[in-house]
Amino acid sequence: MSAEKGLSAPDPGARPPLTLLPVRKGMGSGTTSGYGGLVRRATMPGPSSRPYGEWFDGVVDVLEELLGKHATTAIEAVVVDQGELTLVIARDSIVEVCRHLRDDQDLRFELSLGVSGVHYPADTGRELHAVYHLTSITHDRRLRLEVAVPDADPHIPSTTSVYPANNWHERETYDFFGIVFDDHPSLARIAMPDDWIGHPQRKDYPLGGIPVEYKGGTVPPPDERRQSR
Amino acid sequence: MTAHATGSAHEVPEFTAEGADWSDVVEEAARLGAQRIVVNMGPQHPSTHGVLRVMLEIEGELITEARAGVGYLHTGIEKNMEWRTWSQGPTFCTRMDYLSSMFQETVFCLGVEKLLGVTDDVPARASVLRILMMELNRISSHLVSLGAGGNELGATTIMTTAFLAREDALRIIEAISGLRMNNAYIRPGGVAVDAPEAIIDEIRAFDGKMKAKIGELSDLMLKNPFFLSRTKGIANLNLSGCMTLGITGPLLRSAGLPYDVRKATPYCGYETYDFQVPVSDDADAFSRTVLRIEEVYESLKIISQCADRLEAEPGPVMIADKKIAWPAQLTLGPDGQGNSLEHIRTIMGTSMEALIHHFKLVTQGFRVPAGQVWQTVEAPRGELGVHLVSDGGTKPYRAHFRDPSFNNLQALSLLCEGGQLADVVVALASLDPVLGGVDR
Repeated sequence: MSAEKGLSAPDPGARPPLTLLPVRKGMGSGTTSGYGGLVRRATMPGPSSRPYGEWFDGVVDVLEELLGKHATTAIEAVVVDQGELTLVIARDSIVEVCRHLRDDQDLRFELSLGVSGVHYPADTGRELHAVYHLTSITHDRRLRLEVAVPDADPHIPSTTSVYPANNWHERETYDFFGIVFDDHPSLARIAMPDDWIGHPQRKDYPLGGIPVEYKGGTVPPPDERRQSR
Repeated sequence: MTAHATGSAHEVPEFTAEGADWSDVVEEAARLGAQRIVVNMGPQHPSTHGVLRVMLEIEGELITEARAGVGYLHTGIEKNMEWRTWSQGPTFCTRMDYLSSMFQETVFCLGVEKLLGVTDDVPARASVLRILMMELNRISSHLVSLGAGGNELGATTIMTTAFLAREDALRIIEAISGLRMNNAYIRPGGVAVDAPEAIIDEIRAFDGKMKAKIGELSDLMLKNPFFLSRTKGIANLNLSGCMTLGITGPLLRSAGLPYDVRKATPYCGYETYDFQVPVSDDADAFSRTVLRIEEVYESLKIISQCADRLEAEPGPVMIADKKIAWPAQLTLGPDGQGNSLEHIRTIMGTSMEALIHHFKLVTQGFRVPAGQVWQTVEAPRGELGVHLVSDGGTKPYRAHFRDPSFNNLQALSLLCEGGQLADVVVALASLDPVLGGVDR
């Protein structure tokens, strides 16, 4: 792919590659593998440059045109990986971007398949990611939006005004990750009890469980067992 | 929230429910001094398909407000999957929506294969078996929906007929995978075990048996004046309502849009099968019943095409790459399906390297390149999606399932409000939610 083409694209160099994942050092001292000193760095696929391929360029072009002047701030990065298009969107622009994606006849992502979250503790200042999956039945296309917010200020405007279907999905993401969706009609917990403390899907939240004794032996709970990641 | 000043105001209103937002409801009602009847249906109501709580505000028999409360069956399956290998994933996700196990296994495995970049390396026979199992599962799931829906209206014969027919589908699933439900049959790279040769004849016989039974069932349901009067024009949800709420599956197709992931974005080779997508534009509970029955016929068409292909193309059912492929196949013993003794003999008796390989793959698992994918399939209840994130390790960094029942339950208020109390059960049955999938 020639990275030089497409000067109107958001500059992929503006943001460093998405090093979201923690550095893993060996497999702990309890392993018999002999690779205790091995250091592995995993990085998520970084921003792509033009041409993105397939229909991706067209959609990004139309979206940039609709967003006008603040297209470069609204679209933080365009990631093409595994044949899927991901747009990393600034949180202040998420509702506007969703509205354009739904309403413009060349975009027409009329079906929202929900919101979920991912917690990347290693992505400093952008720990909590909300992930939106949109489908265009009209054009038979699929698209992912990603909004990253800091753990210290986990607020994202709610997209329920554009996609009412996201109502329960945003409640679930709030429940599990603690991302607060501002202007949501009723952002209550959905799976955990209302008085629950903590957000269970965060990486710093333990899996829980108790050791199980069987015939004199003890099996520790899954998150305390030796892990080979 | 509006209060409804109907009937005479009691001096001391009486409320028997409690819980988070209930205290607000109670306070407001007490302040306004108006009589309001709020009926709490569930979470242990038998017609709520598990543990769904429905809060209904009624005026006489008229429903003025309906809200669904979920979460009673939350088991943290997604969190648990972060602590298990990619191969152990299907064992967990199969238990979410326990009536459509195969779809969850397939969508997860398709996602893993996409991350690994081996989608095209999955053997053709494995894809045929996946489709066969999914369509059998679709039939069994639709039969539960139809049978339970009939039972909730008081028609026990509909339920017994549907459940007996469902047993036929489960028998074939059991003959292939060893289990009736929660199969963990579909694995990353293929399927757990090849179908026995004798299954072809069973599938051919199943086609006729199921057509007879589904014919009997449709006679019982679609020609019964009581069933008609209970379901026709009830629980309406038109196309714009469906699109607004992201509704997919039979509900969306009953509103007139023939959207089916099998046709829109084919997977496992669905584009090579001949089948139709039934659609209606009545948008009511009755049309959803008709659609489910018609979908059973379409699934039967696909199943007989699967039988032809299984007969014509023998071959492996697991990916050739030994770094991913599960090392053992199951075999049928006198006590049912279990470990392949031949495989155990090989690794324990003849090849130390094979034993090490088996041990590494089973205990540690394979690594999946870092990245994220989104994959959807057409489950019986709608579009089932999976969002998988890998950090390059042997376990998912994050696995999220977009369960169709979870999304579709949001429509409950629209389906019920302004209707009669007794029709809540009809609306729920036409939604066909499975709470195991909703709460995960």
